[in-house]
Amino acid sequence: MNNKSLISINDYSKEDIIKLLDLAEEFEKNPNQKLLEGSVIATLFFEPSTRTRLSFESAANRLGGRVIGFASKDSSSVQKGESLKDTIKTVNSYSDLIIMRHPLEGSARYASEVASVPVINAGDGANQHPTQTLLDLYSIRKTQGTLENLNIFMVGDLKYGRTVHSLLMAMSNFNTTFNFISPEELRMPEEYKMYLKEIGLKYYEHTDLSDVISDADIIYMTRIQRERFSDPMEYEKTKNSYVLRNSMLEGTKDNMRILHPLPRVNEIHDDVDDNKKSYYFTQALNGVYTRMAIMTSILGLK
Amino acid sequence: MTDSSKTKLLVSAIKNGTVIDHIPAKHLFKVISMLGLEKISNQITFGTNLESKKLGYKAIIKLSEVYFKDNDINKIALIAPHAKLNIIKDFKVIEKRDIEVPEQIEGIAKCGNPKCITNNDNVNTVFFVMPKDNEKNALKCHYCEKITDPEDMEVF
Repeated sequence: MNNKSLISINDYSKEDIIKLLDLAEEFEKNPNQKLLEGSVIATLFFEPSTRTRLSFESAANRLGGRVIGFASKDSSSVQKGESLKDTIKTVNSYSDLIIMRHPLEGSARYASEVASVPVINAGDGANQHPTQTLLDLYSIRKTQGTLENLNIFMVGDLKYGRTVHSLLMAMSNFNTTFNFISPEELRMPEEYKMYLKEIGLKYYEHTDLSDVISDADIIYMTRIQRERFSDPMEYEKTKNSYVLRNSMLEGTKDNMRILHPLPRVNEIHDDVDDNKKSYYFTQALNGVYTRMAIMTSILGLK
Repeated sequence: MTDSSKTKLLVSAIKNGTVIDHIPAKHLFKVISMLGLEKISNQITFGTNLESKKLGYKAIIKLSEVYFKDNDINKIALIAPHAKLNIIKDFKVIEKRDIEVPEQIEGIAKCGNPKCITNNDNVNTVFFVMPKDNEKNALKCHYCEKITDPEDMEVF
């Protein structure tokens, strides 16, 4: 790992992951530890975000750190044509840790090579969003008591969804069985299925959501975006076939929980929100503890 | 007459230097630009679309007084994995070398992902060479982590 930055979930071993989740658990029990007192955290969001930015800032504030940064590229010198390298070189000297979201893929890895302080990737285009993956893992472990031998259903846009790809890679350390439910056009890419075959993990593919979810431990929902379809008619046909409704949860396992990286549009019906199996809002809260763990561990404070 | 002696008739011999043989014909110009041969002043002769039992059609390059380091020549392995190097002295082959696929290639090829930082900012490309199914290689971008197929890669 380069100067302890967190860029890609693939940089973390199974042991690294478990250590971070244990630490996040500690923060959940005792969130008010002033470990970042005297530290300045920079949040550079070249692309808008609600949860990721605010949960990082909330985590930093709870730990007593100061936060500087910008929430969109319009309020930075990028607007004047400044290169990413120059922006990072500058912010580098104002802060102890850089948290960055950027629309270009690979920008976070590059920033970590330019910066002398650690960089946390808060999303680089369609590539990686490792802190989301860690909070997903935290949520799975918390609700299931373990990460081992689970049956995980991924639903929706499995072709372009970076969260499902990273989650798949991370969960492949834990003898997971995968079920992929998606429209034909948005199936899990071949490279990930090849990888599962290589390491000997089972996966199943379905195009129908309704009757296969009864043995799921986790249902991980994602948003299907209109712009992903080459044929708009195809989108109109499929958009309502991947909506999870409360009535569909009958007969699902007791321990089953529904996760979603959020924001959702219509893929989880509002009537699911009151079901105890819905977990997505708590999942978002878990992001704060997970990010506390990530920041303090990267800065060597824990 | 053997395959190689036929090509020797088609592309005149050199006294001293390097012969790169068994290049897939369609990749000849890519190999030339990868090795930067358009920028050197040595005598170079090449032939292409020569019949080859192994490749269908192959190309051959003969470079007078040019010798390669392993690092320089191995990068062509991605598009010409069966290429052979013959080192020539006094019109005789004194050494034959195979080409090895490198683990990493830097600053030679463009990443196939238009949204990659290397295609948008002034960043040198770095790829890890991944073994793919049956001896074809894939290039994984160090930055955006996307795969570029060497068959379609653009050389700077």
